[in-house]
Amino acid sequence: MQDLKEQIIQQLNLQEVKPEDIGDDQPLFKEGLGLDSIDALELIVLLQQHHNIRIAKPEDGPNIFYSVRTMAEYITAEKAKQA
Amino acid sequence: MIKTGIYINASCIIRHHSAVKNGQPVYEERHADLPDFLRALYDRFNGQYPKFHKMDLLSKLGWAATEILLQDMPMDMYAPEDTGVILANASSSLDTDEKYFETVHDIASPALFVYTLPNIVIGEISIRHKFKGENAFFVQERFDTAFITGYAAQLLESGAVKAVVCGWVEQYHAGHEAAFYLLETTPRGMALPFSAETAEKLYR
Repeated sequence: MQDLKEQIIQQLNLQEVKPEDIGDDQPLFKEGLGLDSIDALELIVLLQQHHNIRIAKPEDGPNIFYSVRTMAEYITAEKAKQA
Repeated sequence: MIKTGIYINASCIIRHHSAVKNGQPVYEERHADLPDFLRALYDRFNGQYPKFHKMDLLSKLGWAATEILLQDMPMDMYAPEDTGVILANASSSLDTDEKYFETVHDIASPALFVYTLPNIVIGEISIRHKFKGENAFFVQERFDTAFITGYAAQLLESGAVKAVVCGWVEQYHAGHEAAFYLLETTPRGMALPFSAETAEKLYR
């Protein structure tokens, strides 16, 4: 999850945030890290560029991008399918 | 020609990696490249607005110029609808347009796409300062101080707004120049009676 946090910081240009500032279960949007709708699109780009994963069902987005942990679990599950 | 009842209460000129407020130098970082210079302005004059880092260079320049312009000039006595923003430049959003075009070959960047319009800088300033008044962005070959400040003065005279942040915000590659003015109907700050000649003199 450390690598994923670093990817999020780089992709979203969060220059004042360090990986250790992001809790594994902290909500990424709204009251948590405060990301917005453009950030959500950038997270989709991150999945494509870094993990070769395309989200098949856009309606799953809120659950996938709820926290770093839910993102990591989704990436692990999708890679297992690709293997 | 001086227009009675309208004052240039503050000005901010940023060019050649230096910033001047009300005619007085306030910051200089001549050896930094443009992104580092703008980051230095952010650190010096605010440092508490993480969304700054996501902006394109044009928005960062306009945002920083407004921070300096409005430093020690509180605007919270106005309703959000009472402050307008009128800006112009020559290169529109071309610098970001080019950067966005480069990403299209791979995966188009949503974060860059949202800055492929020049008036986004007005949006960033308005969000930061909670302005909801009249706004407009013009693209001109050069800064026509008489036109831009005259447009702002007309908004004040008509009663559409009580304050206007207006001026010039130009950026293309490393080239950059901002000339911002705060026009109000009540004198404060440097309180120069408004005229296009005075605005031009502050710009030069």
